[in-house]
Amino acid sequence: MLHRPPSHSAAIGPGAVPCLALPTPAALEQRQQLGAAQAPSCGAEAFTVDPAALAGGQPRKHTQYPYVTGTSVLGITYKDGVLLASDTLGAYGSTKRYKSFERLRKVNDVCAVGASGELSDFQYIMRLLEELSDDDFCMDDGHHLKPHEVHSYLCRVLYNRRNKFDPLWNSIVVGGFYGGKPFLGTVGMIGTNYTDEHVATGFGNHLARPLMREKHRPDMSEEEATALMHECLKVCYYRDKNSINKFQLAKVTAEGVTISEPFALETDWNYKLFANPAANAPGTW
Amino acid sequence: MFRNQYDTDVTTWSPQGRIFQIEYAMEAVKQGSAAVGLKSKEYAVLATLKRAPSELSSYQRKVFKIDDHMGIAISGLTADGRILCRYMRNECLNHRYVYDSAMPLGRMVRQVADKAQVADKAQVGTQRSWKRPYGVGLIVAGYDEAGPHVFYNCPSGNYYDYKAFAMGARSQAAKTYLERQFESFGGASLDELVKHALHALQASLQDGELTDKNCSVAVVGKDTTFTLLEDEALAPYITGALASACYCFCRLFAGALLEDEALAPYITAVKEEEPEAAGMEAEQPAAEAEGGAAAAAGGEGEQQGGGGGGGDEGGAAPMQE
Repeated sequence: MLHRPPSHSAAIGPGAVPCLALPTPAALEQRQQLGAAQAPSCGAEAFTVDPAALAGGQPRKHTQYPYVTGTSVLGITYKDGVLLASDTLGAYGSTKRYKSFERLRKVNDVCAVGASGELSDFQYIMRLLEELSDDDFCMDDGHHLKPHEVHSYLCRVLYNRRNKFDPLWNSIVVGGFYGGKPFLGTVGMIGTNYTDEHVATGFGNHLARPLMREKHRPDMSEEEATALMHECLKVCYYRDKNSINKFQLAKVTAEGVTISEPFALETDWNYKLFANPAANAPGTW
Repeated sequence: MFRNQYDTDVTTWSPQGRIFQIEYAMEAVKQGSAAVGLKSKEYAVLATLKRAPSELSSYQRKVFKIDDHMGIAISGLTADGRILCRYMRNECLNHRYVYDSAMPLGRMVRQVADKAQVADKAQVGTQRSWKRPYGVGLIVAGYDEAGPHVFYNCPSGNYYDYKAFAMGARSQAAKTYLERQFESFGGASLDELVKHALHALQASLQDGELTDKNCSVAVVGKDTTFTLLEDEALAPYITGALASACYCFCRLFAGALLEDEALAPYITAVKEEEPEAAGMEAEQPAAEAEGGAAAAAGGEGEQQGGGGGGGDEGGAAPMQE
């Protein structure tokens, strides 16, 4: 137990001692946590709120809105692995601000993630994951994070941040292939999570998943899976104004992770219903 | 008594390049009662001899479950062992919470940067003048993705990956047994492995026999969570130590109950080999002296005496089990 000095002398009252002269309770807490046997020896950083954010006497402020966002990420399993897909847009509100933001990333040889939502938060999450894979590399013992471990880790991180009322504003898809089995799971910004044979985030849940439910089979070939993915992407692009026609496809198989170069899909806007989309929806614009 | 100038703290080297406090800590391990760990391709087994501080007390536990896939046997200061045990349990639980998976064994015992694992914990104790090394040796046995493991974790902060290992009082006899037999461990069944463990333990037992009270066995392996068998868990099956262990394991793990005639071959096999084990005992003092040569300086003779007479140590080192 660390000796914890009072922040001021009981006799002379608060403010009598310059507060910087004494360790703040927060700093003490921090120190104690690091040394305690109960403190996790790894991965604690992701769950801690920056102490600087707590200092200064001002009320704490958290992310209340996302700023630069990405839209849906889709994922399906197939015979030899999983496919993830998303567009490459980083939208500033509804402005298509960054058109080449890669939202699908490799974690290690057996796992890739894709994220929608606040992209700076995604970059932070990627930093966490990179640190974990770097640790695995440095340990040099052949162990690495399995896809389900990455998924579980992200669930914990996002749920913990939600519990601090400081959520990471992302929905994440985790895809992987390990031990001959594909893995596909998703985590929401408040820690909601599940695994399934096909997943989608955001708008994709409404636009792409009905198609997947209809057409997906776990024993699809790569060509079939890619075709289904293209179809889903196209449908998302047609109906989601915050998306662009520049996509990436990530593939995780026994051979490893490959993330495609950005590509565009052929679209056709001459459908009758596109000319007057409100015709069958009275009451809309 | 000769007073050693260089052994008052862990940060002082002797001119010969040794740090006596660490070596003394390693001696503490030798004074604890024997513990054995060995593995096949699918299983790891721990077996320990337990001591009771007095006729009226219970026997001191020496095997601790860390997680479903891992356990330790300790030799030396029990209190230090408990601290490390608690630490390891914590790490495993945290790992399970965060990653939803079992912690790899190598990771647990490996000393790595920000991850103060067991080896690191022990090692820190050897570099701070106000600390002391842990006076306990751990045999960490478990099963992970890479298969079964037996690690030995030394107070010096070193750790070693073993096929089979024995530590504690008169463990040299057990080591000799293991060295003669280890080539057959790889393909051994769980039954055979346990038998080997008990043989090794028997070898290190100076007088008396293994009983259900003075020994405990734990197994872990493929599709087998860490299972500790001692006292009450063993008692219902027990008539004699070796017989009981075989009985119990056949019952638990082979799915079939072996009693009476079916069990007899195991027991006779064990009984027949006992003289040989006793023969090994004779080699032991020489071997141990060799092993302890590193710690030949101040107080060494006395320590050795304590180690040799460990069975009746009484007030000599009451905390060491």
